[in-house]
Amino acid sequence: MIKIAQLSCGTEYSGIQKEINKAAETFGAEMVLPDVNLDEIDEAYEKFGLGCASSSLKLMIARAMSLVEGKNEADAVFICTCFRCAEAAIARNEVRRLIQNNTDLPVVTYSFTEKTKASELYIRMEALTTVVARKSILAREKQEGLTLGIDSGSTTTKVALMENNEVIGTGWVPTGDILGCARDGINQALEGTGYKYEDIEAVGTTGYGRITIGKELHAKLIQEELSVNSKGAVFLADAQKGEATVLDIGGMDNKVITVNNGIPDNFTMGGICAGASGRFLDMTSGRLGCDITELGPLARQGNYKNATLNSYCIVFGIQDLVTSLAGGAKRSDVASAACYSVAEQVYEQQLQEIDVREPLIQVGGTSLIGGLVDAVQDILGGIDIIVPEYSQFIGAVGAALLVSGLKDTDVDDSLKF
Amino acid sequence: MQVAIFPPNSMILADMIQRKGHTPLVVQHQMKNKVTSAEIDAPPFNITEEGPIEGLKYAAIEVPSGVRGRMSLFGPLIEAAEAAIIMENAPYGFGCVGCHRSSELTVFSLRRKDIPILELEYPTSRDETIEMVYKINTFLDKLNGDEDDD
Repeated sequence: MIKIAQLSCGTEYSGIQKEINKAAETFGAEMVLPDVNLDEIDEAYEKFGLGCASSSLKLMIARAMSLVEGKNEADAVFICTCFRCAEAAIARNEVRRLIQNNTDLPVVTYSFTEKTKASELYIRMEALTTVVARKSILAREKQEGLTLGIDSGSTTTKVALMENNEVIGTGWVPTGDILGCARDGINQALEGTGYKYEDIEAVGTTGYGRITIGKELHAKLIQEELSVNSKGAVFLADAQKGEATVLDIGGMDNKVITVNNGIPDNFTMGGICAGASGRFLDMTSGRLGCDITELGPLARQGNYKNATLNSYCIVFGIQDLVTSLAGGAKRSDVASAACYSVAEQVYEQQLQEIDVREPLIQVGGTSLIGGLVDAVQDILGGIDIIVPEYSQFIGAVGAALLVSGLKDTDVDDSLKF
Repeated sequence: MQVAIFPPNSMILADMIQRKGHTPLVVQHQMKNKVTSAEIDAPPFNITEEGPIEGLKYAAIEVPSGVRGRMSLFGPLIEAAEAAIIMENAPYGFGCVGCHRSSELTVFSLRRKDIPILELEYPTSRDETIEMVYKINTFLDKLNGDEDDD
């Protein structure tokens, strides 16, 4: 069983300890608390050098130090503290750095409220256990042979056909019938390559429909999108070594993933309000009478300051948009304001929860909207943003890359489900 | 008299209060009620989402859930307190809340009440310890109206 060391403050009094244990057990892991003697606590945190006033944070630091010094053993680390506690936020980030700089243990951090449920932790625990159980697979940096990756997203199904470390075909189909869309996407990807489906050596799937498609196509790799997407992003951005942040503003939810040497170590997933999603930009382009592909260039011609668009809700956001247009605002200014509004909300709701590390790799369909990329860059103080080629196919590319490491093995994820 | 203590789980302070015939208001009593409740199954303390929500009576929604969860236990003790003994800078073994913000709010809430309060620094020498015991006993005797017995 995979042992996940829990370094935390406030979980018992917030009433979420049971939820953490439940989430871990769901993915075949157990939470363990590293043993620390009472008299070792002060020594450990003084050695660490961060003067916390709260004794639970001192204990958290002492437990982290015991892992680093090899006094306790674990396969992975889950660091969590109360949301909105400044002292805990500093300790959480510094403890994460301590673990990452001194061990090879995968780490996930989380700030919780009393509303946190096991289901919100599932994808994090799944990603943690994936990183532990599939470290050798995730370490793969080069794609080999002829492999296919399918990313069955909530809005679109993406397919990438790769051969010898190159993307040779892609498919992009709006998601409807899960299996039918996958087949259409595969046909698109194969078109013009000279290959038939039977020539493909291995298939990998990710995204919401990964299990259904994976079982149908006997996929050797069926894996959650956090680890697959981050792998695809660093591969396409040529940033497999060192640190990076992957930002995916999706059709229905947003993901921010921090990666260390190509392996995810923290992520946030949003989805509270559609006003901060690609869906809002889709509706904006409809209102402005342009195709979504024209929204980015249009936004780049405008100035967001000339249009008022500051509602968080998608309904009121569109109302603001209509009011601005009625008030004489230029279409380009409104397009710019819409991009800025989405970027601002992603920043306020998600990016502030995470330790953003450069370079930031922006991916997903929305990364093709130049005005949005500009707005994110502006809000983050001009940091380095990479939008790699095939940025909308990262999940599919990640799956094709990772499954190439399994093509000559007995591993068959389709038998697991 | 019902005497609140800080740290609210200090067994030494609770014992001294009990020896003088008063009722110590300790968090262990609150915990016992929680963990022996058959209806709840949320180990280790059986605090659920409802705990931090109950804590809203003592701390606003923007206060971290861990503070509000603690206050759902400490708050009723503070409300019931007729006197209090506050020990500052005690080591973990003497009693510990775990969260400094919760400690600050608990101590402040006790100070804000119009009740007799004895505030002490944790002793660091034998003489200071004897002095501390003397101060606590005198304080507790005064609560009994036994001031002249000494």
